[in-house]
Amino acid sequence: MVSRPHGGRLVDRVVRGRRRERLLEEALELPRVELDAGLASDVANIAHGVYSPLEGFLVQEDYESVLYDMRLSSDIPWTIPIVLDVDPSQVAGVREGDDLALFYNGRPLALMRVEEVYGWDRGEYAERVFKTRDPRHPGVRKVMARRELLVGGPVDLLAEPPEPFEAVRLWPKETRVLFEARGWRTIAAFQTRNVPHTGHEYVQKAALTFVDGLFINPLVGWKKPGDYRDEVIVEAYKALIKHYYPRDSVVFSVLRMEMRYAGPREAIHHAIVRKNFGATHFIVGRDHAGVGSYYGPYEAWDLFREFPDLGITPLFVREAFYCRKCGQMVNEKICPHPEEYRVRISGTRLREMIKRGEKPPEYMMRPEVAEVVLSHPNPFIEEGEAQG
Amino acid sequence: MAGDKVEVRISRDLYEKAREFIEETGGFKSVDELVEFLLQEVLSGEEEAGLTQEDEEKVKERLRSLGYL
Repeated sequence: MVSRPHGGRLVDRVVRGRRRERLLEEALELPRVELDAGLASDVANIAHGVYSPLEGFLVQEDYESVLYDMRLSSDIPWTIPIVLDVDPSQVAGVREGDDLALFYNGRPLALMRVEEVYGWDRGEYAERVFKTRDPRHPGVRKVMARRELLVGGPVDLLAEPPEPFEAVRLWPKETRVLFEARGWRTIAAFQTRNVPHTGHEYVQKAALTFVDGLFINPLVGWKKPGDYRDEVIVEAYKALIKHYYPRDSVVFSVLRMEMRYAGPREAIHHAIVRKNFGATHFIVGRDHAGVGSYYGPYEAWDLFREFPDLGITPLFVREAFYCRKCGQMVNEKICPHPEEYRVRISGTRLREMIKRGEKPPEYMMRPEVAEVVLSHPNPFIEEGEAQG
Repeated sequence: MAGDKVEVRISRDLYEKAREFIEETGGFKSVDELVEFLLQEVLSGEEEAGLTQEDEEKVKERLRSLGYL
């Protein structure tokens, strides 16, 4: 049986039919806030239940509860504050109970009932969520550039933000029906922001050995320069699944959600989100959602132990490497051989090889995957590049 | 969302039992918290029912059209 949604009920705040038409007209008369791509995807994720039980952007009580206690004020685990930031001028004259129109790309996206406008300390946010105020941390840099006030309140989605990967994008209510239709009772979710190498494949298949189905759910949306482009990740996974996975054991779909690089806290967030998609298990590898050396390689595992009421089972999988003596991918728990036999699958090394146009060896990356990546003129996001 | 709180009346007997339960087991800070947790558990199970048959069929249609089913 698929997981119960976080908080017990899958949120649905998508407005349909004639009410939608009426509200779209009303939106044009309301005070408006233009959203960036990240916030637009947050709105869609709230409305489609990806962030259940959130019905909107956090009010102050929940914001502080999440920041300091990693729980909503209702005591439900929640580790990343989902907030809408505005300039004071954008909400001048707006009172509690008023409606705001949320626009994206100059068009109405959603309505928001304002419950509260409040100030926030961005440095404190960084300190708590990222465990650092270091401006070199990509998440910190992004938060410090956000606007002065936060607005909390429920949102109602009137229009879907554009999705170039619509054919491989499923919402929680769809994956839940899909998993049930396939007869899966146990589902392991895999979060990623990378093209797959053999280490990823090993981890996924190790999990799949013990569950009914594997849910591969890469993030698309804003990422830091140097990360793989969304289309490269999607095409690389399609190639891997086509050639190396039993079709009926895997569901691949993308999730438009920003990477925050918040390490352990974000690992919990990733698990909660996949629980809402119906996953019963969540794979947590080495340095999940980490960046640089801000977090310990297995720090996320410790944080999971603080949430016995999470409602999704973490699968802690150690880093995989190729052992020349074993002649296959293994991990330190199952391989007795010394370091000189072990070949680490380093993401950094792979990136360097790809940048030089070199095909990585097969024990590091499947040839069909390498072909997809190398055929792209520029597989990596560049510094200063605008991302949708 | 936090939302407002309202008062609910329960029998004194039940209240005393709940208080004793909290003292013995720990975990909850007050009877309010225990009652809220229990109601949430019961009601969330009810709310989960979710899609109508028609909605489910629409979802399946989309899944078929995308090649997932």
